[in-house]
Amino acid sequence: MKVLVCMKQTPDTEATIKITGDGKGIEEQNIKWVMSPYDEYAVEEAIRIKEKQGGETVVVSMGPDRCVEAMRTALAMGMDRGIHCSDPAFVGSDALATAKILAAAIKKENPDLVLCGRQAIDFDQAQVPAFVAELLGLPQVFMVAKLELKDGKAVCNRRIEGGEEIVEASLPAVLTCDKGLNEPRYASLPGIMKAKKKEVKKFGLADSGLSADQVGAGGAKVKVIQYLPLPERPPGKVFKGEDTAEMVKKVVRLLRDEAKVI
Amino acid sequence: MASGVLIFAEQRDGKLRKVDFELLNIGKQIADKVGGGLSAVLAGKGIEGLAANLGKAGAQKVFVSDGDLFALYSTEGYAAAVAAAVKQADPAVLLFGTTAMGKDLAPRVAAKLGVGVASDCTKVEVEGGRVLATRPVYSGKCYIKVELTGTPQIIAIRPNTYPVAAEAGGSAQVVKVDAGVTADKLKAKTTNVVKTGEGKIELTEAEKIVSGGRGMKDKANFKLLEDLAAVIRAAVGASRAAVDSGYAPIDIQVGQTGKVVNPSLYMAFGISGAIQHLAGMRTSKIIVAVNKDPEAPIFQKADYGIVDDLFKVVPVMTEEFKKLLAE
Repeated sequence: MKVLVCMKQTPDTEATIKITGDGKGIEEQNIKWVMSPYDEYAVEEAIRIKEKQGGETVVVSMGPDRCVEAMRTALAMGMDRGIHCSDPAFVGSDALATAKILAAAIKKENPDLVLCGRQAIDFDQAQVPAFVAELLGLPQVFMVAKLELKDGKAVCNRRIEGGEEIVEASLPAVLTCDKGLNEPRYASLPGIMKAKKKEVKKFGLADSGLSADQVGAGGAKVKVIQYLPLPERPPGKVFKGEDTAEMVKKVVRLLRDEAKVI
Repeated sequence: MASGVLIFAEQRDGKLRKVDFELLNIGKQIADKVGGGLSAVLAGKGIEGLAANLGKAGAQKVFVSDGDLFALYSTEGYAAAVAAAVKQADPAVLLFGTTAMGKDLAPRVAAKLGVGVASDCTKVEVEGGRVLATRPVYSGKCYIKVELTGTPQIIAIRPNTYPVAAEAGGSAQVVKVDAGVTADKLKAKTTNVVKTGEGKIELTEAEKIVSGGRGMKDKANFKLLEDLAAVIRAAVGASRAAVDSGYAPIDIQVGQTGKVVNPSLYMAFGISGAIQHLAGMRTSKIIVAVNKDPEAPIFQKADYGIVDDLFKVVPVMTEEFKKLLAE
């Protein structure tokens, strides 16, 4: 089975995010970039599928040159090769434009299964997988917490409010991976050494067969007008060093009289 | 020309969700500014009767796809139903709730229609006839304001962002929609729904949440929080540390790798307040923190805090709430 993973490099969860002076973006220097944590579940699942039934694993990512580092992490964990979607024309792509590019790359690879993370932890949109699935005419199952492949089908447990949906999708399918699906491995030292030699192929505008106006900022349907800081939260009332019952009484009263939530 | 607002009214087991009525409220406000009416799209089996409830809350028309095919949620079936309703209603704006279903469905519908989506928005404004949506990004460390080109403008709204629409006593015209899809065309099908949270208040819809972290020390101690939650009708949540330590099930995890919640009151017991946790609850209107460590970062986000042992605080608090609510 050929399993393809769509991966995104994002700032580390702990990174401090500073908005640029013009409010049009974030300051990228001093940010530690990592593979989006949900994508680790996708990479791990792809590797496990190959370990179990053989085949090939391919990681695809779109982004600037630095995103190859995150692809190397996926290769060090055990994926076979990478495709780096990169072209000056791609810069500024929104979810739909990104999906068009990824879909073009995926089509050429013709995988049996496409795995993505539940969402990338930068913009938290959780859109690209659905766009990719629709563009390729494939079924999608979002937020998969358990996966079983049998008889050419993916049987997925997908977490919903108050329970789980069991969804059967024919292959190929696009699945997004949620916490609980597996426990991602760490890259081993030999894995890291091997990853350096694994192939990462560039995939540009000409390879995609798309025209420049379909991608990049010009083709974007969602335009970011401005980045906004969090509203200032007035300092809270924190009680300490008093009798427990006294402190609790005060807070309970404040919740009714001041906050009006009880 | 496209006008008005269409909302996706989610139902499960023949019951509408709270977020549907929140969407009708904000949908009406948007419709008043962009012009045109307010309508809803509904898919399910034997659910036509629900249109009356939507009508009472302000929907003038309800586009209904009713049949076996829609008995359980399927991305492709429901996306076809919504796309067919969009074709008939020709709305300027299409709203979804950020629920498990909405998250799966909204981008698929957008892809079908060749437009974008603003996901998980916490504020919507109208300027010059166009909608501007604001949404948290980077684990809630800042916001972005976006505009959507193309029609309809698809916006998904975080539950509990807007109050539910008041009942105005209207009635909706039911318009039957042929989604143009048959069972054999569906490549993914829901075969079963396993319920685990029966009778519990759903975290993402909860007005109040009582959450425990690593400081709970043991699974059995969550009983203390359940007792407190029962008194104030709150849902019980947990931090990743509590879930990873085996104190609480994963389906009640609040945070980046769990659920994003947006209650009026969020009470954190024994939760330090890591970025991952804040990402899931920082839009809560009022935050209360109880932790014996005065340096816990959660106190910087809290409106009210108590530096003390939660095992001393919780039982007293439960009794105090009982007294207060009995007044």
